[in-house]
Amino acid sequence: MSLTKTERAIIVSMWGKISTQADAIGTETLERLFLSYPQTKTYFPHFDLHAGSAQLRAHGSKVVAAVGDAVKSIDNIAGALARLSELHAYILRVDPVNFKLLSHCLLVTVAARFPADFTAEAHAAWDKFLSIVSSVLTEKYR
Amino acid sequence: MVHFTAEEKSTILSLWGKVNVEEAGGEALGRLLVVYPWTQRFFDSFGNLSSASAIMGNPKVKAHGKKVLTSFGEAVKNMDNLKPAFAKLSELHCDKLHVDPENFKLLGNVMVIILATHFGKEFTPDVQAAWQKLVSGVATALAHKYH
Repeated sequence: MSLTKTERAIIVSMWGKISTQADAIGTETLERLFLSYPQTKTYFPHFDLHAGSAQLRAHGSKVVAAVGDAVKSIDNIAGALARLSELHAYILRVDPVNFKLLSHCLLVTVAARFPADFTAEAHAAWDKFLSIVSSVLTEKYR
Repeated sequence: MVHFTAEEKSTILSLWGKVNVEEAGGEALGRLLVVYPWTQRFFDSFGNLSSASAIMGNPKVKAHGKKVLTSFGEAVKNMDNLKPAFAKLSELHCDKLHVDPENFKLLGNVMVIILATHFGKEFTPDVQAAWQKLVSGVATALAHKYH
């Protein structure tokens, strides 16, 4: 699976909007994840997961920043996320099913904040992009 | 069996009351076909599905989307007994339509995203959680009679 030129353009352009609210989007994405899919909280026993928690905000920022890194190196996502890929494979070992859940929650957050921009085409491009990001992050699992 | 709290039920009902079923249905089915093109396999007779705009403007997609979402309205009315409510449709999807239940999950998530675009801030994480429970319950109910 690889991104067409058109898809890349859509992704980069949408990122322009997302980056203006990056931290809030990151936080909201995680809030949505933990509420809709409570089992995902099992990866964060050491966190205060209440709404507004500093840890939640910090982690949300991290996640969205990583997505941003992938966008900025959209021609070489594997390269941009190599370190994160190893982190997830050897240290975090988050079950692969959860990447879909997080991706979905990010899309819901973006859809709610930028409804006019989140056209069917943008939706398709971002779903594909996050799917590729997820593949990269689970690439070294076994 | 999925259980909804009184709060979840009222959250779902109040949002559903504001949904334009015809419009949202067409959008949901359209987006399913655009975002997950392999789902087009069920719709060979629908004519032009060659691009996102062709799909979203296709009258057969809109009509069928409306049908699907209208049927989803039954779920909202039967949150406490989804399996019996969807028994006949489950048999239909298995025996006549031959639809892999995985597709119900895909459509459910697309619907959630449509709701997010329509309701914006109002579609809070709590509201989403209630709806994820519903779409998941419907997907399970639709798969229940498969054999």
